[in-house]
Formats: sequence, C-alpha cells, structure tokens
Amino acid sequence: MDRRSFVRAVAGGAALAGGQLLLPRSILAATLPAGTLESEELYALPGKRPLIKRSFRPPNFETPVGQFADVITPNDRFFVRWHLAWIPEVDPREWRLSIGGDAASRPFELSLEHLQRDFEQVEIVAVCQCSGNRRGLSDPHVPGVQWGYGAMGNARWKGVRLRDLLAKAGIGKEAIEIAFDGADRGALDATPDFLKSIPAWKAMDENTIVAWQMNGEPLPHWNGAPARIVVPGWTATYWMKKVVSIRVLSQPLSNFWISKAYRIPKGKFATVDRFTSQETAENTPITEIVVNSLITNVTEGQKVKAGAPLVIKGIAWDAGFGIRDVGVSLDGGRTWQSAELGADLGRFSFRPWQFVARPAKGSYTVSARASNGAGASQTTQLIFNPAGYNNNVIQRIGIEAA
Amino acid sequence: MKTLLASFAFAATLAGTAAVADEANIRLKDAAETPAVVANCSVCHSVDYIQMNSRFMKRAGWEAEIKKMVSVMGAPVSEADQARLLDYLTREYGVAE
Repeated sequence: MDRRSFVRAVAGGAALAGGQLLLPRSILAATLPAGTLESEELYALPGKRPLIKRSFRPPNFETPVGQFADVITPNDRFFVRWHLAWIPEVDPREWRLSIGGDAASRPFELSLEHLQRDFEQVEIVAVCQCSGNRRGLSDPHVPGVQWGYGAMGNARWKGVRLRDLLAKAGIGKEAIEIAFDGADRGALDATPDFLKSIPAWKAMDENTIVAWQMNGEPLPHWNGAPARIVVPGWTATYWMKKVVSIRVLSQPLSNFWISKAYRIPKGKFATVDRFTSQETAENTPITEIVVNSLITNVTEGQKVKAGAPLVIKGIAWDAGFGIRDVGVSLDGGRTWQSAELGADLGRFSFRPWQFVARPAKGSYTVSARASNGAGASQTTQLIFNPAGYNNNVIQRIGIEAA
Repeated sequence: MKTLLASFAFAATLAGTAAVADEANIRLKDAAETPAVVANCSVCHSVDYIQMNSRFMKRAGWEAEIKKMVSVMGAPVSEADQARLLDYLTREYGVAE
C-alpha cells in the first residue's frame, strides 16, 4: 500500500471498521474536479430539455443519470458533444452526401430523399457513448471534457446500410478505410477539420448505417441532423454527425483526430475489435465500448427504510457481445447476487435490470457489475490512460437503511 | 481572410446557437491577465473549458494545453500572451508542483 492509498484507507475508516472493504479504496475517490462541479448547471439548448452543461461553445452537455430510467433515451434528453464550434443548421432539402474516394470506382452524390427512397431502410437500437464518458472520474484527473456518467444514450436508429452505399459507389478490393466528414468546422481555418475513419471491414458490417431517423423522428440538430453515421458497438467518435462526405480510401487517413486523438495504450484493455491500419507500436485507436453498467435510481447518501423492499434499478451494455449477467452487491463487493435482466432490445442496446434487496438497519455500499458474452466484466480499479477512455469502474454508492 | 472567416464563423455561431448568449455569464477569476485570456481563448471556445478543467493541472499541464491550442488547433496567440496565459492558468486554475 503506497502512502496515498493508506491515507485514503484511513479516511474511509468507517467502511473499514464495518468490514465491508473489498473493492479498492481509490474507487471512493472517484469524483468530478471541483471546478467542474462549480461550473456545471442544468441548461436547455434549443429543442432540448435541461441537460448538464459542461461547456457552452462548442456545446457539450450530458444527460442526468435519472433519465436513464428509460431504456430508450428521449431525443430531447440525448447528450450533446461537439469538438468544433461552427455547427451549421443544415436544411434537409439542401443536404447532399457525396460518396467517393480513390478506392471507389463509381462516386455519386445523393439527397435525403434519395437516401430514404432508393435503398433498403433498416432499424437498430444502439448505444451511442462518448469515448470519454466518465473521464471526469479519472484519478488522477486528465484534461478534456470532464464528463460524469451521462455522455451516452440509447436510441432506435433508422437509415441505410453503409455497405449498400459503398457497393453502389463501387468499393474496390484496395479499400482499407472509410473516412467521414461532417458539416461542422472550427472557428479558424487553421483548426484541423473533424474527420474520422473506420476500417473497411467495420464499414461493411450489416449493422453500420447512415441514420436519418432517431426514435421515430428526424435527428435533432445537436445530434447530427439530417443524417449521421451509426457504428453499433463502437464509441461515438466514429458516429459522424451531419455527415456530408464518405470517402473510400486505399491508404490510412491521417489527421490529428485519428492519428493523435482518441487513442488508447496498447495492451491495457481486453479489446476484441482491432483497427490495424491505424495502430502504432505504442497505441491504437479506441474501438469498441467496454462492458459497463449504471445504477439509475440510487444516489449517494440516500436514506431507505430498513426491512422494506429496496428495488435497485439500472442498465447494462457492451459492444454487442451481449449482457450475460449483472451482479449486485450491497456489501462493497464481498457478495454478489444476480439481478433480473429486463427487455432485450438487441445486443447493441442498453439492457435494463433490477434487483430487490431488503436491507436491515445499517450502512451499505451498493454496486453493480456487468459481464458479457465475451467473458469480460467491469473493472474494480481504474485502468488509467492519459485521455480517460474506457472507464467502466464498478460504482460504489453509499446508502443508509434506518 | 483568416480573420474575416473567423469573425464570420463566430457570427454564424452566435446566430445559430442560442446557447452562446449564456457565455456572457461565465466569470473567470479576475486578474491582470484575464482580458488576454478571454480575448485569446474565446476565439474558438467558451472559457468555461478553463473552469471545468480545474483545479488539477500543474504548470506543465497547462503549458501542454496552450501548446496544443497553438500548434495543433492553430490559435494565433502571441508568445507574450502565451506566457501571460500560462501564469494565469497555473495560478488561478492549477495546482502547485
């Protein structure tokens, strides 16, 4: 035990005395930076209901935890995340999507009407989660948007399979990556435009779509109207909003956003999907969403009635391997019992769960731990990385039954 | 041209985004360098980014952020202002070594 964790262990003496300390002490220190808490506020962007403001320009707003009681996140509660401040309102009648690139033999352009009329329309429920969700809980803190738990949402997306568009564009065997550009840009010419790419194999996956509808409605402006890329199972950095260009590339894309940003150290995470054309000796682009869960109806310091049923509710999700089990613990991880899994809206969706406890008088530490079909579980201790990605540390919420 | 584009983009952002009106309510800590901080940083983003990222960065951390804004994001911040920004951010929104 180093000095730092010793100090924390002493500071958490009550839990130690109660014999409930099984998860590492450092987890209890997971809190947003003081300056983040001081500058946050509930604020409603036009067309949105109040979300937690992290920054005004570019707009970065997260969904309050209580809103995840619904397994589908309403459009007007869906989180907002932009890198660059110039975000044009795109007229759906004027919008054009160009599909080409050096590895496409039949480049073409299409309107929203063509997208909706000339291709098979498909629907999929999928979690859109920012790579940096929970970054603000990193210990030590790392710079960036200091997200809490709400830089994510789950929606029913409707659109066209990307592979159908790529087939029409004459994608060649030499295609290695598919690059996306959106209508947004920075305030300065000199700022690198936000372009991202995905491997050709991921673009050809039947679940990857160009979505023009979200939960039965047009996409909100803040979430990428009139159309965005949806890459089920992968983090939201690839889900290009307001997409205007799709390019089929025979060479890897190179720019700040793909080459430097959104990277995780190699070997630290049990990642299944690889993005080999972008890997370096040290790091690799983030790919799939790590298995995770969120307790949605219990808050720190909550007082509950001793001896009465306490329904603990939450959601669990992963990259599409499927949630196999959600364990719930009230004793800080000493013992776990399986929660009851709710409606299955597909392997890329939030999966609701609940667990009924009947706590006797006393103090409890509530935790949930999701496991998936790939054999992965949430981590007890933060896997630190400089950009604060892939945070799936098991929550610890202290409650009191009296 | 660049300046023209910048002001155009900022005006377009103002027109298209009611949210930026509330930027006016952001109050950074008052010091001699505050006007330089607001003038430089606000070109591209609201200054609540500074508040949000406090207080956990040492001087080297803030220095890296300024360097990123200048060399990666293309922010035209003079060397004199870079020094002012670094002093201010370290003192008002950073932590000691």
